[in-house]
Amino acid sequence: MSLLTTLARLEAVRAGRAQPLATVRHRHLSGNPLVFVPLTTAGEAGAPLGAMVGTDPNDPRILVIPQPRDRDLRWDFLADLARQVMPYIDAYADAVEPAERTETDPETGKRVKVEAELCVDAPQLIVPGRAGIEYVRLLGRSMRFRRTAEEDPDNPYPVPTQVPLLGRWFTHLGERARVPGSSMLLAATDLLSRHWATGQSNLEDQHLRALLEWIDPGQGMSGAEAALRAELGRDEAGQLLVPPAGPATDPAFDNKLLAPAIARFDAARAGEPRDGDGPRLAEREIRRLVVDQMTGTWWSVWQALELLRGLPPGERAEERWTRDRWSYTGHRDRVRAGEPPQPRRDDAVTAAQKLATRETEQVRLDAQEALDDALVMAGRRFAGEAFAGEVTEVVMEWTESKRPSPRPLVTVATEDRPQLEDGAGGKVFRSLDGRPQAAEFVRFEEDGRLVLRLLDKMGRGREPEPGSVPEKGDRVCWTLFEHDARGGPKLPDPEQTPWTHGGPPGHLTGPALPDPVTAEDVL
Amino acid sequence: MPPRPLDARALAALAANPGCGRRALLDGAGVDKTALAAALGSPAAFGQSQFAIIRGNSFEAKVKGDGGAELLRLVHSRLDAGTEPPGPGARVPDLTAAGPEGRAARTALALREATAGAARGGWTLLDHPMLALEVAGSPAYLEPDAVVVHPDGRWTVVEIKSFPMIDGAADAAKVGAAARQAAVYVLALEKTAEKLGGATVGHRILLVCPKDFSNLPTAAAVDIRREHAVTRRQLERLTRVEELAAALPAGLSFDPGRPAEELTEAVSAVDAAYAPECLAACELAFHCRERARAADEVSALGRSVRGELGALTTVGAALAAAAGRASCEDPTAAALHRAARLRAEALEQAPARTAPEDAACPC
Repeated sequence: MSLLTTLARLEAVRAGRAQPLATVRHRHLSGNPLVFVPLTTAGEAGAPLGAMVGTDPNDPRILVIPQPRDRDLRWDFLADLARQVMPYIDAYADAVEPAERTETDPETGKRVKVEAELCVDAPQLIVPGRAGIEYVRLLGRSMRFRRTAEEDPDNPYPVPTQVPLLGRWFTHLGERARVPGSSMLLAATDLLSRHWATGQSNLEDQHLRALLEWIDPGQGMSGAEAALRAELGRDEAGQLLVPPAGPATDPAFDNKLLAPAIARFDAARAGEPRDGDGPRLAEREIRRLVVDQMTGTWWSVWQALELLRGLPPGERAEERWTRDRWSYTGHRDRVRAGEPPQPRRDDAVTAAQKLATRETEQVRLDAQEALDDALVMAGRRFAGEAFAGEVTEVVMEWTESKRPSPRPLVTVATEDRPQLEDGAGGKVFRSLDGRPQAAEFVRFEEDGRLVLRLLDKMGRGREPEPGSVPEKGDRVCWTLFEHDARGGPKLPDPEQTPWTHGGPPGHLTGPALPDPVTAEDVL
Repeated sequence: MPPRPLDARALAALAANPGCGRRALLDGAGVDKTALAAALGSPAAFGQSQFAIIRGNSFEAKVKGDGGAELLRLVHSRLDAGTEPPGPGARVPDLTAAGPEGRAARTALALREATAGAARGGWTLLDHPMLALEVAGSPAYLEPDAVVVHPDGRWTVVEIKSFPMIDGAADAAKVGAAARQAAVYVLALEKTAEKLGGATVGHRILLVCPKDFSNLPTAAAVDIRREHAVTRRQLERLTRVEELAAALPAGLSFDPGRPAEELTEAVSAVDAAYAPECLAACELAFHCRERARAADEVSALGRSVRGELGALTTVGAALAAAAGRASCEDPTAAALHRAARLRAEALEQAPARTAPEDAACPC
């Protein structure tokens, strides 16, 4: 955390409410996001208890499992979930626009442009917190290897086709969420804490309601008080006033309310069929309890989205969303081409590629956020990675070639302390109509002013194009970091992976087997 | 009321925050911190769901079922594949005895017998042994899930957890917590091993978890040398309880039956080192947080913030420095002042934030 962020937190403590950490919104928000609030059963891996899902705050689809340890009920739930979510994901698949993509020609090895189609928009899933993102990954893993009746007629537990599909999409979204700056699967807490600093620690910011109270407290309360109440307040029966945002539930809820209700359901079901009066009443009671735990979180997520929509969108966030659209289009193509589900473990080449992508995107995100937002740039200026100042002098110079090009010397007065040294050279960049213009650091003047030599973006003629050279009196912000991220070196083809790195990937040798379903699984 | 003995979780938590005199004293004196926290008006939020407990117990029973055959097979395959596999002749000695001291003595005896008998190349499984460890002058009794004695006389700690290992990987934070806990057991076992010649304690423990989404056990060896070194150093550093107690006023009492103000005063007599991480580990954390916030301490915002601000330990002092009202000699104060100027400049330039509550709020 930079000192500027710390300062914002200190100010938030004093003010009793959150302070801005950004002046624009740094993540793309879809006009039609799908909010997903899942709950899980304590102690079980991938045993959902319930979920609220939907694109309309006033019309959530509600799914509840009356006995989470019953495997049949769990599979009904997942089938139901797939029925709700898959149409949303698929809805973006067919609206496409022509686009160009660079590919390596397999014969010549050259980078060539190819015509491709790009989906004009992509799905966006919003979950309450980071644990929700992990849960999407977990559900993806539990579903993507399931077999349908068509694939495996002998399977005693076939699933509808949409279940393994949803598993693959959830896996893809979970992977994509690890790419810095991507917006296909986002946690509301991450979104809020990117844009506001509260007067509490990062750990406490993971509580969605508490975080919201800091940012938007109710009438007559300070954010700090409201957050404390949201975090710890309990009613006379010992239940939290604000249930956890999940997927884990509060132990007091489990022990005092849910467990007895499930026991009643089990007892009723032992006596009569599930559609009898007893089980139906018991099921309705469980549903009421679970919905009660999710409703607050559901509204909190929508409130978070509302708050974020109040911020003007960052200019370059849209460019990053285009990358998400490519990611969506790519996965759509893989699914359509009938490729097998993502393997259990990545092979060496895929893993290295994923890591390289994340590194590149982190660099890109850091640069773009700073360029979009003066407050983020202030942090970079504080760290000596950028400087802003007034141009005090411009001296025209030219290259000594047959066709001289302009290389003007620009003197900048700044109070910032960029990490540049006399004689060490170093390139700096400024944004000129959204494109980076490079300059070379020449020297420090005796009074601390910097002399820079502009290097490009001035046109082909002897005289620089109008507006391409700053004038005396202009205020300009220069960065020491590049504005665009460059990827690393190319990796060998998967078939060429050396044995030192695991050899050719396993998925080339055979398809992944589904998880065996044995009697031992019965929980 | 009877003193609460220290357990491995408490020791691991203590080792994570060795500077906290409050925790060291209360744990060392065997004070029931849950009751104390409730009496102070900031009850702890710990508790376990009965679903998790039932699942954990049934999984542990399954792993240890059939005379521990499956568990021994896992130890053999993951840690000691070169030796003869455990057969039906593996011993599972009875460790029941009265009281923790009795059980600890019984465990020591069983370990001695198993290690001496190891010359015959057998495997022994100790189910829920009891280990004694002296910490900061107070005895602590620890109960690992299991300890296995290999044919060559090596002892291995086994941790059985109910979080899943999916495709061979488990949640890193949970594995870390399990490793820290196991490190305490290894330390305690080493004390016992010192007294018995020829016994060694493995620095790799066996973590047993459910495989994927099933109830079948799978296991992985976890190297705990790092956690072991850290825990040992932290536990040695712990201020001895007698020294802490000597510095306190006489007649101090932490009886949860006393009124909250008196208790607050008593608890304040011992210095705490609160950090937000305490919230996940200590019953008194909410009380300490309240005190830290009331005292305007920056540590309530996190250890990294505390570290960044150096000598400026209160929010007031830090904000004064940011406003330029501090001596310019402190480099942190100067940096804060510069940061405040940059922040103010950036916020001024920024397009007006359109959120309605920001327009209404002058801060």
